[in-house]
Amino acid sequence: MLFQPINKNYHDYRIERDKDLCINCKVCIRQCAYEAHFWDEARQKVRHDNTKCVGCHRCEALCPTGALCIRLNESEFRPNACWRPIFMKNIYKQADTGGVLLAGMGSPVDIPVYWDNLLLDASQVTNPSIDPLREPMELKTFLGSKPDRVEFAAPAKGKKGKPKLTTKLAPQIELNYPIMFSAMSFGSINFNLHVAMARAATELGICYNTGEGGLHKSLYKYGKNTIVQVASGRFGVHAEYLNAGAGIEIKIGQGAKPGIGGHLPGEKINEKVSETRMIPVGSDAISPAPHHDIYSIEDLHQLIFALKEASRYRVPVSVKIAAVHNVAAIASGIVRAGADIVAIDGMRGGTGAAPAMIRDNVGIPIELAIAAVDQRLRDEGIRNRASIIAAGGTRCSADVVKAIALGADACYIGTAALLAVGCTLCGKCYTGKCPWGIATNDSKLSKRQNPDIAARKMANLIRAWGHEIEEMLGGMGLNSIESLRGNRDKLRAVGLSSTEMDILGVKHAGR
Amino acid sequence: MKRVYPDKEYCIGCHLCELACITVHSKSQDLIIAYTQERLEDGLKACKRFQEKGPTCVALSCRHCDDPACVAACISGALQKDPETGATTYDIEKCVGCWSCLMACPYGAIQRHPTLNKIVKCDLCRDREGGPACVAACPNMALKFEER
Repeated sequence: MLFQPINKNYHDYRIERDKDLCINCKVCIRQCAYEAHFWDEARQKVRHDNTKCVGCHRCEALCPTGALCIRLNESEFRPNACWRPIFMKNIYKQADTGGVLLAGMGSPVDIPVYWDNLLLDASQVTNPSIDPLREPMELKTFLGSKPDRVEFAAPAKGKKGKPKLTTKLAPQIELNYPIMFSAMSFGSINFNLHVAMARAATELGICYNTGEGGLHKSLYKYGKNTIVQVASGRFGVHAEYLNAGAGIEIKIGQGAKPGIGGHLPGEKINEKVSETRMIPVGSDAISPAPHHDIYSIEDLHQLIFALKEASRYRVPVSVKIAAVHNVAAIASGIVRAGADIVAIDGMRGGTGAAPAMIRDNVGIPIELAIAAVDQRLRDEGIRNRASIIAAGGTRCSADVVKAIALGADACYIGTAALLAVGCTLCGKCYTGKCPWGIATNDSKLSKRQNPDIAARKMANLIRAWGHEIEEMLGGMGLNSIESLRGNRDKLRAVGLSSTEMDILGVKHAGR
Repeated sequence: MKRVYPDKEYCIGCHLCELACITVHSKSQDLIIAYTQERLEDGLKACKRFQEKGPTCVALSCRHCDDPACVAACISGALQKDPETGATTYDIEKCVGCWSCLMACPYGAIQRHPTLNKIVKCDLCRDREGGPACVAACPNMALKFEER
């Protein structure tokens, strides 16, 4: 192409414009954040530049005549099982830029999704199934440390009354559904979506997580449904913040980028983000890879208790880690360090920006991690001391049910929540130009998310999943999510090796 | 009365409201014909006007004021206040094209017809079931049709 690098024509998408339908109304021009559509003054019509298309489908969604269709570019290199086009294109890119390949959203690579190899049970003849529309069905979930045993005091002799609980219970987070909105910081996604998550969580009686970017003052009123996060950058962390939520989470790692920190570019730091993160406008927000005060389980213990002191032991403290090879042993250490909740983020978890090599090659799938952690904590007799949250790659209510059957107490959903408000997984979050108004703080783009609409959609999604979870539980003859927790007998595997089934703790279908 | 209220916080400047407006006010009731033919040949024009400055944009149309300056200024009686609905109505037959209303309207909500000696003004999609088309077409709920 004229005046362009020679590999410019190896672009990923093609914009197809139906000439009979296109009326040159320019809606596509106004919607494209990457300027792929433009007005051709000489030809007096709307045209497009395929090389600029990122495949977000915003124009296609808003085109009033349905004239647009975004397709993969069919241009094909000579087939090569080893040198697949993605590797070739990456090399061309890096040869041009000399830079690290950045990526957004969860990893698209073809690593086994074990949810697809696990099947649920249902009642037939020998035990009755339950109809959730006619009979009570309990999805209520409590997150936090549970006592080793409970003790009661009987009423004094000769007096009437109920027995009283004498065991002191640890603080709990009460959820109406075993699902929460996962940590997506204010900065990585914009204020409108934080408002939407806060409102949806409040309406549903669940929690959302602030992520590491602090909590804007105007959202403190949703505190009962907020988990405040403390990450290595300590952005926006102060005493009031720690006491603003229903729980505190220490973020050690993220499934999409285990072992590395974060970098929110200065362009995304506007007035509101700056005020919330307590950093200057336009300065890069860099989260170090490690917490510089945590180099051991003992150090983590200190931070957990520092946060418990700061919040006067009113709220549970969670520790979030990425699912890595020794996740079970690490989780055991975390529980012994005093965490009330362990959140585990699998390698398919989302991100606003991560080096592609890290995202696609580091970590382990969440299914194996949850099963390994649950088993380890049970074997060590400390499973009751912490709740487990599964995060990263939960795509539907059946995934939630399977995660809980594998031993999780609840699931964090991030990508699914963003999909609910329009995300199409184009994976260009790191450019800060999200055409759907999600991963951007550009004032023109971010207003594409109206919190009234976004909150309704997020709440609808969780309610829909709630109904489906009730149906699945009822079908298995269970009337409470508690009865499913760690109940791996309700799962069977198809097409897995004996090692995989051993780790997951499930039998093969037919057994 | 129910009016169309624009919300500049969430107006994304897509102009879909304008397209909806010309479609329902067209003879063909077909967006493609309305936009590519009737707009150019008959001077079909949206009753909405877009204001855009920096990141802020907003779609303005007749506010159907309680005490409309345009009605007071109208020399032919084409603009009237409907005592029942409260809407400011326009009778194209009576209009003489003097533009007094254009000058009187403090909101710039009345526009000249591109080809005729007439005006273009919002009629709240009187005959349309489901209320104003622009409100129904807005993808971001930045236009609301409600009592305030």
